[in-house]
Amino acid sequence: MSNSLSAVISIGFHGLAFAMVLYLISVGLSVTMGMMGFVNLAHGVFAMLGGYVLTSLMSRMGVPFALALVCAFVATALGSIVVERLLYRRLYGGDELDQVLLTMGLIFMSVAAATYIWGPLQQPMHPPRWLSGQVDLGFRSFPGYRSFLILCGAALVTTLWLGLERTRFGMKVRAAVDNLRMAQSVGINTSRLFTLTFALGSGLAGLGGALGADLLAINPSYALENLVFFLIVVAVGGLGSIRGPFIAALLIGIADTGFKYLLPELGAFFIYALTMALLLWRPRGLFGRA
Amino acid sequence: MATEGLVRPRLAAGPPPAQQAIDAFAGRHRYRLLEALPWAAAVAAYFLFPSYLPLGAQILATILFALSADLVLGYAGIVTLGHAAFFGTGAYTAGILAANGWGEPISGLFAGAAIAALIGFVSGCIVLRTTGLTLLMQTLVVATLLYEAANKASWITGGDDGLQGMEVWPIFGQFRFDMFGRTGYLYCLIVLFLCWYLARRIVHSPFGRSLTGIRENVRRMHAIGAPVRRRRLIIYTISAALAGTAGALIAQTTGFVGLSFLNLERSGGVLIMLIIGGVGRLYGAFIGVPLYMIAQNRFSEIEPVYWYFWIGLLMVLVVVFARGGILGLVERLRR
Amino acid sequence: MIGRRSAAASIAVALMSLAIVARPAPAQTVVKVGLISSYTGFVAQAGDQAQKAIDLYLKEHDKDLPPGVKLEILRRDDTANPEVAKRLAQELITRDHVQLLTGVILSPAAAAIAPLTAEAKVPLLISIAAGGSAIPRISPYVARVSFTLWQQGYPIGKWAAEQGWKKAFTAVSDFIPGHDSEVSFTKGFTDSGGQIAGAVRMPPQNPDFVPFVQRIRDAKPDVVFIWVPSVQGTAFVKAIRDLGLRDAGVQITSAQDLLPDEQLPAMGDTPLGVITSGIYSTAGERPTNTAFLAAWQREYADTAIPNFLSVGAWDGMTAIFDLIKATKGKFTADEAMSFFKGWQNPDSPRGPIMIDPDTRDIVQNIYIRRVDKLEGRLANVEIATIPQVKDPWKELNPAK
Repeated sequence: MSNSLSAVISIGFHGLAFAMVLYLISVGLSVTMGMMGFVNLAHGVFAMLGGYVLTSLMSRMGVPFALALVCAFVATALGSIVVERLLYRRLYGGDELDQVLLTMGLIFMSVAAATYIWGPLQQPMHPPRWLSGQVDLGFRSFPGYRSFLILCGAALVTTLWLGLERTRFGMKVRAAVDNLRMAQSVGINTSRLFTLTFALGSGLAGLGGALGADLLAINPSYALENLVFFLIVVAVGGLGSIRGPFIAALLIGIADTGFKYLLPELGAFFIYALTMALLLWRPRGLFGRA
Repeated sequence: MATEGLVRPRLAAGPPPAQQAIDAFAGRHRYRLLEALPWAAAVAAYFLFPSYLPLGAQILATILFALSADLVLGYAGIVTLGHAAFFGTGAYTAGILAANGWGEPISGLFAGAAIAALIGFVSGCIVLRTTGLTLLMQTLVVATLLYEAANKASWITGGDDGLQGMEVWPIFGQFRFDMFGRTGYLYCLIVLFLCWYLARRIVHSPFGRSLTGIRENVRRMHAIGAPVRRRRLIIYTISAALAGTAGALIAQTTGFVGLSFLNLERSGGVLIMLIIGGVGRLYGAFIGVPLYMIAQNRFSEIEPVYWYFWIGLLMVLVVVFARGGILGLVERLRR
Repeated sequence: MIGRRSAAASIAVALMSLAIVARPAPAQTVVKVGLISSYTGFVAQAGDQAQKAIDLYLKEHDKDLPPGVKLEILRRDDTANPEVAKRLAQELITRDHVQLLTGVILSPAAAAIAPLTAEAKVPLLISIAAGGSAIPRISPYVARVSFTLWQQGYPIGKWAAEQGWKKAFTAVSDFIPGHDSEVSFTKGFTDSGGQIAGAVRMPPQNPDFVPFVQRIRDAKPDVVFIWVPSVQGTAFVKAIRDLGLRDAGVQITSAQDLLPDEQLPAMGDTPLGVITSGIYSTAGERPTNTAFLAAWQREYADTAIPNFLSVGAWDGMTAIFDLIKATKGKFTADEAMSFFKGWQNPDSPRGPIMIDPDTRDIVQNIYIRRVDKLEGRLANVEIATIPQVKDPWKELNPAK
């Protein structure tokens, strides 16, 4: 395999894995923001929670990887329901600034809480044995865990798309995203729908944070550090969409990795310049519906 | 003024409460005694807390920064997460001048305001075409690009180390910036006063009133032929100039400028302080900023790590119980 | 019969004895020291490591203070913002009247505080990090016991060239500590006959290092020198693992920041064989280190592992205690500085250290360490010692 081709494939591959993690975490945010217009900056907190649940279960209680993932999803989904009922509900349709203040406040509290419970150091994450090592595809081999991430991302986007297009629940979600008032007037219980969607989206974020703990380190400042990435994926992808964040995450993940490889000196600028350009071209995001 | 008569029709047979409401509305621009309170407090603080003057100067400059944010956020309804771009630009302008031979403070201040206004104008032309999340992201991106540029250009900005070797000359050749912060405090107070006066005039002018219209109902403003784009751009530029002034003030009074002047925490922090105080009421900055900064100062001495928890909790409580910030709460209580 | 005279006399005696009994105890000297560190912000982990060492030292050595002398440490959080650090220093000097400042993690914070030390004549003893070489030159009242970046980079560059590796590649974070590390390694390597095959500077906020490790692979060097801030060490090691850099035959070297002792256990097996330069390793075989680790274990058990930042803070306290003991707690700024100049501590957990009287900077052993398995766990095992290294940048750039 020629060297440059090998390098390109390697970069593409790793960028893809990074993109999958971003997608997993951000898709929930896109749908909920599109549906309820709620600026949830604290979305990263759910991803962080998923990561902490996974790493704590695996390292302290020896829980196997697959089970720990399920726990991460469930714990985060349940936690999000509590937060939504108690706090977010009050601010639907309200002033954006209040939403910003509330969710920023939640992020701050999460930083302190995480420091208190788990300490300031980042949590170690060791992929399980059956996923470590290399996957040999004949012409070259790829890191096992990253391959797994790509498969997960692909499986998820397919499942979500099918779910959105083929189920009643998905139909209601699409209706609510397109026109909330009309959806309410045809009898859809939007309040319950939103709680369920929010729980699903946050659970996915928790799952993404857990799966991605190898790439985006789990530490108390997680929600703050990665806030910008998640917002970029959602803004560029477009609100209320499943495909949008996927394409955006691919673009950002692969382009960012590629650009840093080719022109490392300008690596820091690129992702932001790209975001600005894309948003100028398509102000509502690539696939924005809301 | 010609419009006065139109706004205050004398209802000969109208019920007294309606007339009172109209009078109150029409007389909003008049100065009330209560508005002298922050200035009296600031002057009193100078005498009562002589060892806290450096903190006091930073609070005053940050109030100016928050005031500039209020103009775009509260009056024009432009939600921005990148206001630190203008703050940092003003700071670096004043700082680079002082570090390269020109330490005259007042001209440094104007230079900072001017360059920040320029950046505000240019970025506003690009960014203000959009709304909502997109606008938020674009403002964030502008600030981040400036941050990275400042890091790269470390030969002139000092990069991560910050700007070294600033030498600020005494004001009018007389008043030296001393270590106790006396000159700095009064300098910031006077500049804040002048800028506040300017902001107040703008807010109560027809231009300012039209901004409220733009914020509340853009379509109608378009319909009555108000130049919406232009007005938003103008207020954005003015706000950038004031933010740049605030940045220059901090640079000159602390003798230091660093990358943290341009980062997300700076933009987010001023937003939080303003929202806690109350947005769109001109005085939210005067309440939110001292509250936040003094609390942070106290907490950092006792238990710095858990500062985040209490301020986060305060923010959540303000949203749940005191919608509209502290000033909003006060307004509701007065009714 | 108790006449008036005897009554008056007894009252007089009573009053006199009261006066004797109530005479104030010998005046307590309180030495106030301002500690400026970062407890929140992106270097919070570093601040935590240092604080544990300081707390432990105070607990163990409080009894060593001379009688009648108390030490009061005023702790302040600069939130990783240099202008806050400057304001805190100002307040500590003018409001709290501290006699000494110490701590400091970020170089820009130390650089911002330094001019104040000269203006107010209050010494600053940099003890945790802040490794910018030129900082002690800003003011004659600054001394340092932590380390400098050149002290880490230059010796390993020289050592690597001496091992026979001809081609080197450098990959550092694109901000000033990274630049210092890159330049110091390059100078050490090329001065001893090596050649630099390429260099890359990586954006400071960066979650995924894969593209840069790929560039390293592409260049096929004999040895690569890496520098990232300690909080990114684990992320970089993961990229090394995923791209199989070790298997590609590249010797990986770095400074101690890549593999801090407290993060090493969580990094899996990838770091095996990585060579770093550092001032301290928990695997260092010295009786003073054994005693230090035992004390640490007693206090913190398994909740924390000390690292090079902890040791700097520990030695800073040692220096301050020595100063207090020598002067009984009463010293002027000039007396403190002349005490620090030439101060030595042969019993530091990191080996013998000294403050150079000319440059007021730390002189210490630099250890070349390789990651090996010790008792089933990874550790930075010291394989070579370069004794009593002075800051190379100042040696190469003498003050005019």
